[in-house]
Amino acid sequence: LSDSEDSVYSGLEDSGSDSEDDDEVVEEEEEEEEEEEEQQEDGSNPDEDKEDQSEQVYQTSASVSKRMSLPLSQPTVEFFSKDVMIHPVTNRPADKRSFIPSLIEKEKVSKLVHAIKMGWIKPRRVEDDSRGRFYDLWASESSSSLAKHKMHLPAPKIPLPGHEESYNPPPEYMFTDEERALWEQQDPSDRRLPFVPRKYPGLRQVPAFSRFIHERFERCLDLYLCPRQRKMRVNVNPEDLIPKLPKPKDLQPFPTTQSLVYRGHSGLVRSISVSPSGQWLVSGSDDGSVRLWEVCSSRCMKTVQVGGAVKSVAWNPNPSLCLVAVAVDSVVLILSPALADKQVVSSSERVLTAKEEEEGPSEGSQPVVWSETEGEELNQGIRLKIQHPKPVHQVTWHSKGDYLASVMPEHSSHLQVFIHQLSRRRSQNPFRRNKGLVQAVAFHPIRPYFFVATQRSVRIYNLVKQEMTKKLQANSKWISSIAVHSGGDHVICGSYDCKLSWFDLDLSTKPYKMLRHHKKAVRSVAYHRGYPLFASASDDGSVIVCHGTVYNDLLQNPLIVPVKVLRGHAITHDLGVLDVTFHPTQPWVFSSGADATIRLFT
Amino acid sequence: MGGLQKKKFERGSATNYITRNRARKKLMLSLPDFRRLCILKGIYPHEPKHKKKVNKGSTAPRTFYLLKDIRFLLHEPIVSKFREYKIFVRKLKRAYGKTEWSAVERLKENKPTYKLDHIVKERYPTFIDALRDIDDALCMCFLFSTFARTGKCHVQTIQLCRRLTVEWMNYVIASRALRKVFLSIKGIYYQAEVMGQLITWLVPYQFSHDHPTDVDYRVMATFTELYTTLLGFVNFRLYQSLNLVYPPKLDSKAELDLKEENEDDYAMSSESYYEKLSALSSSLARVVSTEEEEEAKLDQFPVEGEDMDKMEAREKEQKQLEVQKKIFEGLKFFINREVPRESLAFVIRCFGGQVSWDKSVCIGSTYDVTDETITHQVVDRPNVDKHPVYIFTLTLPPHLSPFVEEKEGDYVPPDKLKIMALQRGEQPGTDQPYFINEEEEAEEKNLKKMEKQKSQGKSLEVKVTPGKLKVENPARLEQEEQAEEKRLAIMMMKKKEKYLYDKIMFGKKRKVREANKLAAKRKAHDDAEKAKKKKARK
Repeated sequence: LSDSEDSVYSGLEDSGSDSEDDDEVVEEEEEEEEEEEEQQEDGSNPDEDKEDQSEQVYQTSASVSKRMSLPLSQPTVEFFSKDVMIHPVTNRPADKRSFIPSLIEKEKVSKLVHAIKMGWIKPRRVEDDSRGRFYDLWASESSSSLAKHKMHLPAPKIPLPGHEESYNPPPEYMFTDEERALWEQQDPSDRRLPFVPRKYPGLRQVPAFSRFIHERFERCLDLYLCPRQRKMRVNVNPEDLIPKLPKPKDLQPFPTTQSLVYRGHSGLVRSISVSPSGQWLVSGSDDGSVRLWEVCSSRCMKTVQVGGAVKSVAWNPNPSLCLVAVAVDSVVLILSPALADKQVVSSSERVLTAKEEEEGPSEGSQPVVWSETEGEELNQGIRLKIQHPKPVHQVTWHSKGDYLASVMPEHSSHLQVFIHQLSRRRSQNPFRRNKGLVQAVAFHPIRPYFFVATQRSVRIYNLVKQEMTKKLQANSKWISSIAVHSGGDHVICGSYDCKLSWFDLDLSTKPYKMLRHHKKAVRSVAYHRGYPLFASASDDGSVIVCHGTVYNDLLQNPLIVPVKVLRGHAITHDLGVLDVTFHPTQPWVFSSGADATIRLFT
Repeated sequence: MGGLQKKKFERGSATNYITRNRARKKLMLSLPDFRRLCILKGIYPHEPKHKKKVNKGSTAPRTFYLLKDIRFLLHEPIVSKFREYKIFVRKLKRAYGKTEWSAVERLKENKPTYKLDHIVKERYPTFIDALRDIDDALCMCFLFSTFARTGKCHVQTIQLCRRLTVEWMNYVIASRALRKVFLSIKGIYYQAEVMGQLITWLVPYQFSHDHPTDVDYRVMATFTELYTTLLGFVNFRLYQSLNLVYPPKLDSKAELDLKEENEDDYAMSSESYYEKLSALSSSLARVVSTEEEEEAKLDQFPVEGEDMDKMEAREKEQKQLEVQKKIFEGLKFFINREVPRESLAFVIRCFGGQVSWDKSVCIGSTYDVTDETITHQVVDRPNVDKHPVYIFTLTLPPHLSPFVEEKEGDYVPPDKLKIMALQRGEQPGTDQPYFINEEEEAEEKNLKKMEKQKSQGKSLEVKVTPGKLKVENPARLEQEEQAEEKRLAIMMMKKKEKYLYDKIMFGKKRKVREANKLAAKRKAHDDAEKAKKKKARK
């Protein structure tokens, strides 16, 4: 074994000598190490010692077996003591390797030196004790980069605690059982208080708050994770937001109180109309009757059974005639109620009878059939029947009283509107093409214009030139009704999506104002003929009267002020007020509702 | 004609923002390092005004940083330190893996460190800026100083936090800056006024913490790292402003006093010295040892546009403050062992009292129970009517928050009303401690009187009501008319304004509802109490 060891050593030595030639620094260090080794040798050879020890151990183990025979205590031999001995413990000569410088170590050292040279190993860092030492950081204060940084938003401070956080809060801040249950049910983010208020009789009883570290951690997260945004919070006084309008008191007269109720119908009253004199009122109901009332006394003067739900009634606006148009199913009836002066009655009779012979020749091809009534119906006052191809929903008169328009809403037909001429017993369909579902029509009070309201828009046709002049966009989903101002320059549209749009025809085709006063669908709208008033009736059971001043000066826009909310009709089957109309001369408004009554507000 | 077509999202707000991931890639940092950098540098995400524009048309939820912020981070020297540390960890792991212990040792000796001084200076360019933001730092340090040495964070951090908080408390005592104290279920809120800044901090009660598992202590530790640096510099500056020695030293006189008593109790003198400092019982040494500082009188400059009333009010306030600062002047307290010592000692010393405790409770007691000059003894036991709370709020229980400032329409608890009435009626402006028995009795008498008067007033009103009904009618009519006018005007509001108006009114109504609810609850409670008392009498 020793031979082989030697050979290894010799091989190593050769390589070591090469490295010695390479650099002198290594040599010097090696010499130092050699010295160290020599010093070690001076003491005692470690290997020798080990052998001795093992011998000793062997002896003692042998002695154990003979323990009984030997005396209990033997004199101890101190092999290792603090005293420096003159002689070595063993006599074994030192190994050769203890005289030869270690090649492995030399290699290691040379590697280290190389590493130091290359900068791979750095000298031990000088302990920097400036860390954790404080000084006057703000000795020379100056504005820094962050101060320039305009986008910097400082984090909001934690809100200060309220009474409920006290360890002994007033009793009203404590949770009741319900509040406690609610608090536990809620999601932690929805809770108004992040903790349950508690009461302790003494400071000694107050325990540690279990979520303390959580809350601090959440604050940390807020500080570095939460996106910040500058929100401008304007301190608005809500009173300032309310527009300054003229007082309703100053805008009188307008209807304020319910003064009369007209009872008699048994079904919902769909339509009402007032005579041009303002003395009579006609109403059509789902119970199949048309009733004529005296306005002042609320007496029902006449009841005409028409044998079907009445969709619409319209009193002829010409004061020299006394006629009522009634729409029942697909028939329009011309009623002569005979509730006027003899002269007027006779003149209307003349109109109904006179032009009979001038009837057009091509009767068979026409979709509308005019016929006279006989017998029982004639006795009731029904004079003419105009048979339509489809159910009629609305009838309306021209202001002269000769022309009558009827509406039959139907998606797939161009036969939706007919204009009838009473004096010549002639009907014509003004439109060649279907332009949408027609909801309502109206004549211009002065000029030969004709308003047709479809679902989304209102078209205005010039009847003389036979062309469309304007199309108004109502900005609502479904128009229900239309009314034209007596001047003819303003139009209001009610719609089923609770809106009322006011159009100024001179301004634009978009509504000048949208009013969202009602909570439910607007069923009907009406203008007053003389006063600057308009009313809208809705399914929420209310009639809202607004004051809408129209100026002759074109530069001044109309001023719209709601003046009164009139209530009275009971809501039945989700229907409230179905029709509304003004008295022709007085500032009174009539409304008919689904509760089978007609009400007069004065 | 002509010109290149403009591309979308290449100008405007889309170029001002950067998503977190892109920012991280730009900085070439791992997510934890990026997080740490953001915490240290105080960079936070911004909510863009038009999210869709910034998010390149998508509406996916994303956090955005300002591009300027990220560019600003690019030049931070600490980023390179982070990289060094990363490499250090890698090397260390490798050395461990190869069981090269000498290498491990060598590496550990050369562990890279960094300082945050420049960051503090950069984030808070002026001292006042630093003071404004010190709330969170104090809360955090107070929390960390109560941690046990369980390995949730470095022991050195805990020790440093404790040292800094003690320094802070000593400063507050020396400057008499404490204004408000509130005992909540979470801990004790203190509010101090330092250089015109109101600083509020929360100290948890002295219990061991139940460490939650869902809290990332690394984040907290990073914050603490910054906060300790900040607090250290702030403390230094504050001590300097009061001519106190920093790091704090005990007054030479106090030092002598303390030395006599417990010489041999502690092994290490440095430790015992520090403990004495943190006991808060004695004053600190000053650089210039002038005991009595001349109170600089506030010169009065009449400001233009400010009338005399305001001036007077300010003067009054000033006086009140002076009185409040000296409330415990010349009084000697002895704290019993069941009372939380540190908070009480802090409060008493802040208002000028002297304080001591049993020797076995804590080091630093200045006098014994047997001392005959003791004026007050603080006890927290059910059968004694003197209560430590009185020191804190100077009110009768229940304990109310001094931070709440009631506006018009808010609910004010009756207890607070009583206190306010007392302040106005009895001693305008001065808060006298109630734990002096005689005064308490006198005030209770006063209270009873006032209550009687109140009840009398109530009974009178009841008598008058029936006759008045008719007279009120026109007024009511007018009111109704006005209400209707308002309703009609509201109908005419524009959609946008209506929305805002509805929102404001909803908030107001909710406030009223809540106040009413509290009042009703209180009434029900009081009625129940009365009924109970009646039963007990029978």
